[in-house]
Amino acid sequence: MKEQRHTCTLRVNGEDAAVVFAVHHTLLEVLREEVGLTGTKHGCELGECGTCTVLIDGKAVLSCLELAVECEGREIETVEGLMIGNELHPLQSAFADLGAAQCGYCTPGILMAAKGLLAENPSPSRDHVIEALGGNLCRCTGYHKILEAVEWGAAILRGDLASRPPPEVFHGDRIPGEEVVDA
Amino acid sequence: MLRLPVFGFYQPSTIEEATRLLAENPASTRLVAGGTDLWPNMKRRHQVAETVISLRGIAELTGIRETSDGGLAIGATTTLAAIASDLRVGESYRALATAVNSISSPLVRNSGTIGGNLCLDTRCTYYNQNEEWRRSIDYCMKEVGEICWVAPSSPRCWAVSSGDSVPILCAWGAEITLVSKDGARTLPLAELFRDDGIDYLSKRPDEILTEVRLPAPSGERAAFWKLRRRGSIDFGVLSVAAVGWCGGETTDRIEIWLGSVGSTPVRCDESIAALIGKPIDEDTIAEAAALARKGEGASPLGNTDFLPQWRGKMIEHYVAAVLREMAGLPRERLAPRHQR
Ligand SMILES: Cc1cc2nc3c(=O)[nH]c(=O)nc-3n(C[C@H](O)[C@H](O)[C@H](O)COP(=O)(O)OP(=O)(O)OC[C@H]3O[C@@H](n4cnc5c(N)ncnc54)[C@H](O)[C@@H]3O)c2cc1C
Ligand code: SF4
Ligand code: FES
Ligand code: FES
Repeated sequence: MKEQRHTCTLRVNGEDAAVVFAVHHTLLEVLREEVGLTGTKHGCELGECGTCTVLIDGKAVLSCLELAVECEGREIETVEGLMIGNELHPLQSAFADLGAAQCGYCTPGILMAAKGLLAENPSPSRDHVIEALGGNLCRCTGYHKILEAVEWGAAILRGDLASRPPPEVFHGDRIPGEEVVDA
Repeated sequence: MLRLPVFGFYQPSTIEEATRLLAENPASTRLVAGGTDLWPNMKRRHQVAETVISLRGIAELTGIRETSDGGLAIGATTTLAAIASDLRVGESYRALATAVNSISSPLVRNSGTIGGNLCLDTRCTYYNQNEEWRRSIDYCMKEVGEICWVAPSSPRCWAVSSGDSVPILCAWGAEITLVSKDGARTLPLAELFRDDGIDYLSKRPDEILTEVRLPAPSGERAAFWKLRRRGSIDFGVLSVAAVGWCGGETTDRIEIWLGSVGSTPVRCDESIAALIGKPIDEDTIAEAAALARKGEGASPLGNTDFLPQWRGKMIEHYVAAVLREMAGLPRERLAPRHQR
């Protein structure tokens, strides 16, 4: 059977990307292979691991189970679009400062799932975070630091710097609005 | 990359256009809504299609509305997330929200739809494997193989009906509408299912499921419990749903349904008969739960996670748990939490 190809402009991280792809290709394939954004990872490619999570119109979905052709006209956000100017997104700095990534393969998907959660609920409880990350597997960290990092990222976004984690778990110096302290 | 096979793709924007396209070649065409069942199945080559028709562009298939008789109509492509967060569902059909929220993970529920959940392919340990794995056992009857690895002397396939919204919607007496080029028909949801792992739906290939309707609330109580290995992602190995209508002390009407125990949802006829006209208390619950385990169709086979004997035993515990919740009795701690 002959491939049916599709030409369109996808809206990725606020920019237009003109792409040509086969209609049976998933958003994951098109992001990585046509748009050149390899931050979105491929794991199981069957919906079971969450590492391919992106936001479509603000909702966290699995790019391995979305056809790219169905994403035309929708706002796609990937991990590459998280930074705000030259600043890390608070979720990213929280992950770095709390050591919430080891191999890091699950991290892009978890960051996007967390961003989707915070858009709906800026002050999630621990149970809310666990529920929202229920589709994202991590084989390294044991999850604890991930949960703490999402909570700390949420706190930075709310401007609630008082709930900064204790020094024994906090390794960073990137607290927005605070002077950078030399160790 | 695990790639989808090549197919032609259509995105109709009306039901008429979709039914017309589907009627051209129903045998080699597949419908897709959220794709959270179809795409994994096509990637692993369980299911193939020359043409795939997406239902997502059809505005009239999505959304929840109140019906003229006070019930609720849910469009087939309404996402599971939209149903679980709907205020009317939360208020009058909370057990449906619980069931829908138990499906897979939040990421899948943002794409997966109710229509896809009702038409979900049946599942089996010898089938939901990659292509190399299946080739090494010469496949099975559900594909191109000769025998059923679960019950080798059996003439049929026993793959499991696993849609978690199914038992609770059957218990509520939901109705569905199927539409083809030649017109529409309405039937009780329970009649959508056939007791055959291969030919598991009574829906014709040229028909589209457009809507599922719930009757108006009338003072009923309902509960849903699901058993699975992990609290997220995994398919269930047992789901139990009950809806009961009690006038005063005794039960006027009750429906108890099991999911993920056979190729169709199973109605617990004996348990239901034992509860009608009686109060729901410790004694009647124990009797009804024991009957559910012995009931016809409630005999899990070795084709999902966990040992079938243990899953059979859990039917009794889970039916009791559901009835206890309905009756407002304290909860007993059971196997893994189905939800946080
Ligand atoms: C990791 C993972 C875990 C999962 N866990 C669960 C679980 O715990 N419980 C559960 O119930 N499901 C589970 N699922 C399956 C699936 O996500 C859900 O059942 C979902 O509701 C399917 O909906 P969909 O719209 O994505 O279906 P699709 O994949 O779009 O369709 C599924 C089937 O239904 C047909 N179909 C879809 N819509 C219609 C329609 N309107 N009319 C006629 N036919 C139609 C399609 O042709 C296809 O055969 C899981 C899936 C994954 C990937
Ligand atoms: S029940 Fe038997 S025929 Fe059906 S999928 Fe499993 S092994 Fe195959
Ligand atoms: S790669 Fe998409 S869920 Fe695993
Ligand atoms: S950090 Fe390695 S999988 Fe999560």
